[in-house]
Amino acid sequence: MELKLSSEDAAFRDEVRAFIAENYPQEMRVPNPETDLTKEQSLLWHRILHKKGWIAPLWPKEYGGPGWSVTQRFIFEQETSRAGTLPPLAFSVTMVGPVIYTFGSEAQKKKFLPRILSGDDWWCQGYSEPGSGSDLATVRTKAVRDGDHYIVNGHKTWTTLAQHADWIFCLVRTDLRAKPQSGISFLLIDMKSPGVTVRPIITIDGSHEVNDVFLENVRVPVENLVGEENKGWTYAKFLLGNERTSMAGIGRSTRYIQKLKQIVKAEIPADDPAQLEFLRDIARIELDVLALEATELRVVAQMARGIDPGPAASLFKIRGTEIFQNITELTHRAIGNYGLAIREHPASANHFMPGPDYGHTASEKYLNARKLSIYGGSNEIQRNIIAKAVLGL
Amino acid sequence: MDIQFTEEQDMLRSSVERLLRNQYDFEARRKIVASEEGFSRAQWGAFAELGLLAAPFSEGAGGLGGGPLSTMIIMHEFGRHLVVEPFAETVVLAGGLIEHVGTTEQQQAFIPGIIDGSRIWALAWAEKSSRFDFASVTTRARREGSDYVLTGAKTMVIAAPWADNLIVSARTYGRDRGGVSLFVVDSRATGLDLQSFKTIDGRRAAEIGLRDVRGQLLGREGEGVAALEACRDRAIGALCAETVGAIGELNSATLDYSKTRKQFGTTIGSFQVLQHRMVDMFIAHQEALSLMQHLNLSLGADDGGLSRLASGAKSKIGYAGRFVADQAVQLHGGMGMTDELNVGHYFKRISSINIQFGDPAFHVLRYAQLDAAA
Repeated sequence: MELKLSSEDAAFRDEVRAFIAENYPQEMRVPNPETDLTKEQSLLWHRILHKKGWIAPLWPKEYGGPGWSVTQRFIFEQETSRAGTLPPLAFSVTMVGPVIYTFGSEAQKKKFLPRILSGDDWWCQGYSEPGSGSDLATVRTKAVRDGDHYIVNGHKTWTTLAQHADWIFCLVRTDLRAKPQSGISFLLIDMKSPGVTVRPIITIDGSHEVNDVFLENVRVPVENLVGEENKGWTYAKFLLGNERTSMAGIGRSTRYIQKLKQIVKAEIPADDPAQLEFLRDIARIELDVLALEATELRVVAQMARGIDPGPAASLFKIRGTEIFQNITELTHRAIGNYGLAIREHPASANHFMPGPDYGHTASEKYLNARKLSIYGGSNEIQRNIIAKAVLGL
Repeated sequence: MDIQFTEEQDMLRSSVERLLRNQYDFEARRKIVASEEGFSRAQWGAFAELGLLAAPFSEGAGGLGGGPLSTMIIMHEFGRHLVVEPFAETVVLAGGLIEHVGTTEQQQAFIPGIIDGSRIWALAWAEKSSRFDFASVTTRARREGSDYVLTGAKTMVIAAPWADNLIVSARTYGRDRGGVSLFVVDSRATGLDLQSFKTIDGRRAAEIGLRDVRGQLLGREGEGVAALEACRDRAIGALCAETVGAIGELNSATLDYSKTRKQFGTTIGSFQVLQHRMVDMFIAHQEALSLMQHLNLSLGADDGGLSRLASGAKSKIGYAGRFVADQAVQLHGGMGMTDELNVGHYFKRISSINIQFGDPAFHVLRYAQLDAAA
């Protein structure tokens, strides 16, 4: 399904498509880019996009954005995701960048924005804590003012790719007496500061994506406070809004469905009734994707006319993650007995893996995708948002 | 139709339970899984000493005569503790085949080694394109003197890296059901090549290459598929019990967590949407438990023709397990995704069982087909 594009937009789409085809690094086309690439490898595409001026579609022109319309941004998102490119690190470009240019000081903009765009700084997100998952407003990490510094103590968790990070943006409590939401500040912390410890969390697929980050008497210069003290919750909500925008994942789902169809064809003979079952299951998912894509296009068309999409992001997050979970489950099923095997990490160590190549990541993807309905605001929380904000319940 | 356990069965259950509680908690299991071999010979010895490896065999074969109900009791406890040792492979699959289709000489030669814990067995039935079809066999066997010689390749043989003996399906003639036979092979035999790897549930398996490997016929020539089908019915009884054990643990862990985990100033168990979810998990457990008992009682009565019921149970209990495992991870949030917590490991064991001998979708179709055939 396509948006009805003006001739300029169609030309833009062709340009993006050609640029990806010519420039996406072959080195990044590994079985599972999320877990199999080194830090430097995963930055290759980031640096290419930066050079082209396309690294930050969301950003205003004055800070280094390309100055695209809503429609162009959508086209770019669609083309990169259809082509299966690894998205640039969201914590840097999509999350902390907009907070800094919207609420940060001139000095912060000057110091951080260029290095976010170039990929020189890798950011991670210090939001969740062991006691604060869905209920983020209860964060307990404390920042106490001491002259020109804050002294920070606390424990952040589920911190994605903190092992690579140069900086962490943190929600910290600066007023213990205020109501939960009003005592929070938004602090930028250098990961090299004394007192910062990263501990890996291994997930059920065997990979190391997330971490605990311990902060013990970490001294943070006061100039690293974003905006005003105790206004951090406002900035955090602004950021979470950005996090949930692109979760429909139409391009990714479409690619995985194509792959799934090939696997089913290769694994299950046409005269086996199981094949018909699979085709029906796949068709159902395709229809889910079609309906979600149509919804996304409708929302994009509305946004292009200046209409506020409201909590449409919650709808995209719920359906996008459910659809992708179903696809990974069906793919895991399609490879039959080989679904019992799992790649050992690090994948670069060349452990033996049985079965055809196309099945080698099916188990880990299936297991890893269980996180989708939990993170970024669990799907239960997203339903609460729609119940409250749309249905008025 | 609730099973009233006999005193003997009660004793079996409580002794397995006690052994695992004392020696097989989650940390002990983690160490076993991470060890070089990936399973514990000491535990295996303890199982033998407790009589678990003898329990299901008939008294005539040197066993304790406990039948499928004793297997159910043991596997249910094993499911609760995520035991990785190859009880199902050695006792239920191989032991069952030897007892049911082996000659008296073969029973006398092989069963004592299983019962005393000295020999571990694995069953090599799957091949590259067989999926869940026992008759899809391209490995060949040709007669040579009183023995056979096997050439071909088997895939995804669970517990093979641990096994002393394998039972291998191979074809002596034809292309369909007829012509497939079973052979006992020494896993260190000349010409046998074994490539090991890890499975998602922390076990070991292997791809096996056979080049002129000597094997001894088990059961009648050409009747291997029927033997495997009956063997699968018994294995399903065991695997369903294991799933139900895992479901029970997941449900109680999730319920406990929902009563202690606080968000938004209250326990998450006070949210109605999660209460209803846990009620559905409870119902899934009850139904699975009932079907598990029904199937194993029928297997014990040796009604024959149990394939339809077995397939039905594998499907229904498989779907129940998947639902509960999905929700247990979801309700534990990020913690459910970690290697550190046991919840994800139950999820992975249930996912594995759902692949072994056919997934729930395969078995629901088979259930329908067997009805049409009647």
